[in-house]
Amino acid sequence: MAEKVIYAMYDDEEILKDGAKLLVSKGIKIEEVFSPFPIHGIDPIIGVKPTRLGIFSFIYGLIGLTLATLGMWYFMIEDWPMNVGGKPNGSYLENMLAFVPISFEFTVLCAAHGMAITYLIANRTLPGMKADNPDPRTTDDKFVMELRPSQNPSVSQQEILDLVKKTGIIELEQKEI
Amino acid sequence: MNYTVSKKAKTVIKLLVAVGILFSILGLFSHMGEDNLFQRILVSGLSTSLYFFFIALGAFFFLALMYATETGWYAVIKRVIESVSSYIPYGIGFLVLIFLIITLTNGSHIYTWMDPETVAHDEIIQGKTPYLNKIFFWIRTIVYLGTYYIFWKAFRKRSLEEDKIGGTELHFMNYKRGAKFLVFFAVFSSTQSWDWIMSIDVHWFSTLFGWYTFAGMWCSAMTVLVLFALYLKKNGYLEKINESHIHDLGKWSFALSFLWSYMWFSQYMLIWYADIGEEVIYYQIRIEHFKLLYFGMFFINFFFPMLLLMSRDAKRHAGTLTVIGLIILVGHWLDVYQMVAIGSMGPRASIGFLEIGMLLLMLGIFIHVILNTLASAPIIPKNHPFLDESLHHEI
Repeated sequence: MAEKVIYAMYDDEEILKDGAKLLVSKGIKIEEVFSPFPIHGIDPIIGVKPTRLGIFSFIYGLIGLTLATLGMWYFMIEDWPMNVGGKPNGSYLENMLAFVPISFEFTVLCAAHGMAITYLIANRTLPGMKADNPDPRTTDDKFVMELRPSQNPSVSQQEILDLVKKTGIIELEQKEI
Repeated sequence: MNYTVSKKAKTVIKLLVAVGILFSILGLFSHMGEDNLFQRILVSGLSTSLYFFFIALGAFFFLALMYATETGWYAVIKRVIESVSSYIPYGIGFLVLIFLIITLTNGSHIYTWMDPETVAHDEIIQGKTPYLNKIFFWIRTIVYLGTYYIFWKAFRKRSLEEDKIGGTELHFMNYKRGAKFLVFFAVFSSTQSWDWIMSIDVHWFSTLFGWYTFAGMWCSAMTVLVLFALYLKKNGYLEKINESHIHDLGKWSFALSFLWSYMWFSQYMLIWYADIGEEVIYYQIRIEHFKLLYFGMFFINFFFPMLLLMSRDAKRHAGTLTVIGLIILVGHWLDVYQMVAIGSMGPRASIGFLEIGMLLLMLGIFIHVILNTLASAPIIPKNHPFLDESLHHEI
């Protein structure tokens, strides 16, 4: 089923913020805001949930630490005991210090890469994916607010449009997707 | 609004000083008759003076950093930073007094290179004499302390002047002077730690040592700043600082604990790995006789902040920050103590009444100086160009 979408364009993020506050206070849900840069303080206004990226980062880091420890233990101790100038000497625990830098680096590597890839997937912006911003100008100097009447059954579409027009928009577009 | 030292604070300061003196006397009696009593007094005096001087210096360095980078968010807590650094002249006084006693007694077995008899029988020290001798040591010490004092005095003066006249001229002056101070500090923070601390273990050297002490100094300074900011906020004097300021200060504490641990580990691991006799001696004595103190100190300064200050909420919660802050501060005092005491007294170093008494006594003076400086000027600078930005700080 085709769904109606309203795109309201602004040329200043503060005006957009004030507009969003007004709409939200009237009980209208804002689906998404497209902006060339992170708008400070927009999250609590439009009700974006706190990100869970940190939890994922921790899990990736833990995976990295485990892999590094297992790897080093197998390469340096178990499979072929290495001894370079007396260290390490066949025991992982006694020579923990020698393994700390690699454990640290590999933890950071896995956490950072895992986090970056998760971020790209969550935002559907992996290389080759089709951009879902409604207007290419939102990557330059314009800000777009996306509203869906289907998510606001209590307010009529005309009321939403009337309200949006009062918030200092520079363009208004309606689409069916 | 002006801060006034509350009755309660005055009582606490008096109590700290009284308990400090009592403990010190108890400590003196408990060590009575030992041949190294004099050295013990000097060691605990030196380590504690260094500790508090470093906190003041760290805060001052942070202030200069804020000036040089034209930072905005700190403006509302600028007076707190200034007040913590106002201990600098007192710290200088204590240090000069102790250095003077040590010099007059030919090193008192703390700076063994000051003792001509020891030097005569020690080829390694002889090789270092061009740098480590009494005259050059004093020249350097006076240059460091003089530079710090002159910069501190001028910054404080300009800050009070700014309250009256405003404008941006003083601000740009501070900007230039701040950058200049950082250049001096970059060199002096390293060399002063070689002169005052590393030369205690005179045979040993580590190129990382300056950064290691600097990291500890900066970390404890930021922790003290958090504690004072929280204290003032709680008592209603700094209502304008919000959670974001506290969060930022907490982040500094957290991050600098990592910097310190990183330095500690880098120094330790490289020496452990290379396993060269003249280098490992530093750690041998510490591990053989003070395993608990040495690794316990590392544990306190690394794992406590890492595990407990990791979350965003912990850095915004006054109770958590206060408890961890106090733990970190104790940890860094142990760090300075082990650097000075184990290097000079070897296995005979121990923390007893004397050391704790000296710490409490100095702490009382330290808090007294800071609170009085806080009371002497408006608690929020009036005409700081970034004050408005700072009041709206939000992260």
